[in-house]
Amino acid sequence: MSALIEVSDLSIDVATPLGHERIVSRAGFAIEEGEALGVVGESGSGKTMTALAVMGLLPEGARVGGSIRFEGRELIGLSENEMLALRGDRIAMIFQEPMTALNPLLRVGEQVGEPLVLHRGLSRAAAFAEAVKLLGHVRLADPERAARSYPFGLSGGERQRAMIAMAIGCSPRLIIADEPTTALDVTVQARILDLIDGLRRESRMALLLVSHDLAVIAGRCDRVIVMYAGLIMESGPVGSVLNAPRNPYTRALLGARPSPGAPRGARLKTIPGGPSRRRDAAGCPFAGRCELTLDVCRTTPPPEVAFGAQMSRCHRARELGQAA
Amino acid sequence: MFLYGLQRLAVFVATLLFASLIVFAVMNILPGNAAETMLGATATPEAVAALAHKLGLDQPFYLRYLQWIGGALRGDLGVSYAYGSPIGPLIASSLAVSGPLAIMAMALAAVLALAAGVYAADRRGRMGDALVMGASQVGLAVPNFWLAILLVIVFAVTFRLAPAGGFPGWGDPLRAIGALILPAVSLGVVQASILTRVTRSSLIEALNEDFMRTARAKGVSRRRALWRHALPNALVPILTIMGLQFANLIAGAIVVENVFVLPGLGRLMLQSISNRDTLVVENAVMLTAVMVIGLNFIVDLVCAAIDPRLRTQGA
Amino acid sequence: MSLSRGSLSLWLGIALTGALIAMAILSYGWTPYSPAAIDIPHKFASPSAAHWFGTDNLGRDVASRIISGARISILVGVVAVGIGLIFGVVLGLVASFWGGLVEDAAMKLSDFIFAFPALLSAIMLTSTYGPGVLNAIIAIGVYNIPVIAKITRATSNGVLAREYALAARAAGRGPFAIAFDHVLPNIAPALIVQATIQFAIAILAEAALSYLGLGAQPPQASWGRMLAEAQAVLYNKPSLAIYPGVAIAVSVLGLNLLGDGLRDALDPKLRGRR
Repeated sequence: MSALIEVSDLSIDVATPLGHERIVSRAGFAIEEGEALGVVGESGSGKTMTALAVMGLLPEGARVGGSIRFEGRELIGLSENEMLALRGDRIAMIFQEPMTALNPLLRVGEQVGEPLVLHRGLSRAAAFAEAVKLLGHVRLADPERAARSYPFGLSGGERQRAMIAMAIGCSPRLIIADEPTTALDVTVQARILDLIDGLRRESRMALLLVSHDLAVIAGRCDRVIVMYAGLIMESGPVGSVLNAPRNPYTRALLGARPSPGAPRGARLKTIPGGPSRRRDAAGCPFAGRCELTLDVCRTTPPPEVAFGAQMSRCHRARELGQAA
Repeated sequence: MFLYGLQRLAVFVATLLFASLIVFAVMNILPGNAAETMLGATATPEAVAALAHKLGLDQPFYLRYLQWIGGALRGDLGVSYAYGSPIGPLIASSLAVSGPLAIMAMALAAVLALAAGVYAADRRGRMGDALVMGASQVGLAVPNFWLAILLVIVFAVTFRLAPAGGFPGWGDPLRAIGALILPAVSLGVVQASILTRVTRSSLIEALNEDFMRTARAKGVSRRRALWRHALPNALVPILTIMGLQFANLIAGAIVVENVFVLPGLGRLMLQSISNRDTLVVENAVMLTAVMVIGLNFIVDLVCAAIDPRLRTQGA
Repeated sequence: MSLSRGSLSLWLGIALTGALIAMAILSYGWTPYSPAAIDIPHKFASPSAAHWFGTDNLGRDVASRIISGARISILVGVVAVGIGLIFGVVLGLVASFWGGLVEDAAMKLSDFIFAFPALLSAIMLTSTYGPGVLNAIIAIGVYNIPVIAKITRATSNGVLAREYALAARAAGRGPFAIAFDHVLPNIAPALIVQATIQFAIAILAEAALSYLGLGAQPPQASWGRMLAEAQAVLYNKPSLAIYPGVAIAVSVLGLNLLGDGLRDALDPKLRGRR
């Protein structure tokens, strides 16, 4: 049985004033029905762009190569009208900033109901009524009031719940969540993530969860891919990758987290240097910043090395396997 | 919304009163002046004093002001010195020309600006955008009365398609509107140029907002997203500028009326100036202020109706 | 693309505005003929080597009148903008430094002036005090004050809220010093841009007033008056209406382009997204 969504050899170039710049290269992953895949990486790693590519919402002038197959259908090359039919219906997306992601001039209920009007042909009134139900489903207190309110009348957490309600309205097969909790209070974050979790299990929706926060990914995803400078450095079941990483970048990321048990005054471990700007440089993009760098890392692109369900893109992957 | 409306109404009335005070003050700084102006420099001091007394100009300032306001509220604006007839009907009949002219010009400008602004914003950075921006730049620079004269040259002198001026009266509505077309175009083009730029930049800003991305992610088409999501968000600045521009439209109408010999408010003012009929000028100017302040009041209300966030903030 | 468009604006604007100023200065030294020289036998002459733009209904050389008409435009522009700048900056600074009710009152007053376009104020003034360039300049100048005041106040408030102003205050520097050292340099770019725009508006307003007979009086040559005179003989020689109008339009266009170009050059961040 083929996966719900299969991405292979994906490359994304964006238009810059100085020409096209490659920001994602040779990305490949698959998500089964009902599965949750986490995408983790620093800012600029290309994770958001990958998510947008699936939706077909890349900025003007961007070029996409490779293949994205959804429900057996190739998405790259589809006409805008065909993509329109998919967006909001079979694939839905939740964004990072609930503050600004909602239209300030329309009532929340209208916005939540809009996918139903577009894809299910409901009248505005019927869609509004459905929206109230959906808002209740995402556990908003007093969904009626929320639906009639304008976005500025809701709190950040409430707005994000509304966004989620908007996303699940047509029972999509895949939900893409791009940093859904980054802009929220810590106390609210866990609840939102629980909500997404619960909804997902209820209707066997697949989830593509993009985040820079390992903690978010750890608890909620089945599998994870780690991206750096547009390349997938490591992928695999979340337990294996996070507990037994086979890639120096993953290890560095894990090591960079502050740990509660550390002695006071201990310095936070950081990854020296900054993300490489030159993606087209030969070799591994992490070369130089990586403490395990060899000469070969600078000249030859690292190979994909498989360890069962886990994959690491590194010249020294096998050694790391030993050390764990 | 209702409370907000009341608030704005209070501000509206206060502004009107303030305006009336300023207009009255400016035109009546020196009490003897009006009588002097009317009779001319050669008049004897006695004649001036007699006229001043007859017109009640020797009474204290605040009393004259209150008389004016009181009279206006009753509909009695005094008598024109030059025509010897009540000012009220004079102004009313001139308004019957200027009012429709202003509305036609504004409507024309709004439609043109909306179309051009949306077009330019949609094709931002490309040839279409540059063309629109270039055209609006030229439209801004052309004096409206010169455009009027040029239109007269083309349509009236050369092709004899439209009247070169004059107003046949509303008895024949079709011809009346026909007489207002060229004037409305002259006025509208400049307004359209300004509004096009505002529409374009306001729309571009709205198109870059996050909620646009959300809309597209829901499956909203580019077209629908622009008209249903972006444009309403762009409207408030556009409407506000339209309101502010109205004053300039009225001012422009004064000049354009002169080109086309239309018996509107502008001509009334200008004739009264040469007739030294200061009372008429005073009332006409005040009426203009009322129209401008009134329109801005309406714009405020419309903006608050569109954007719920405006209603919660204070005055 | 926006980069080249910005500098195109700037250079074109400089060129056109420079031409305007040059014409005005030139007119003091030399014009092909005296602008007021009447020559009835040669009235309505077509453009030729002797008369570049032909002659008007009184046989006066149109080209000379256009050139000397630049004088009034520049004069009105400079003085009106000057009035706006001086009083506007003062009003804005007072509003900002005093704050509270004074600030509110000043801003309300500014909003209020907007309701009276220059033309209207000029009409009020001229009907009371008689026509003339001075009244026109005052009316236009006063209309310029609110915009300047608002920009000044907004920038001043921003500056005063910043740390270095607080530090200066703590160090005992008086409001004048703070105004000169910190606020004025910050508003200079915005004011320069605004000044060019207001200059353009002033030229248009002066032309309208002269056209109506309320501005420059004969024998002063003014483009607005020339249009009025041309209109009187529209059926005889329509082409006379073209030259003054083009002069006005090109001058205003030049100033607007200059303003746009300066805005891009001085602080691209000011403009935000184009």
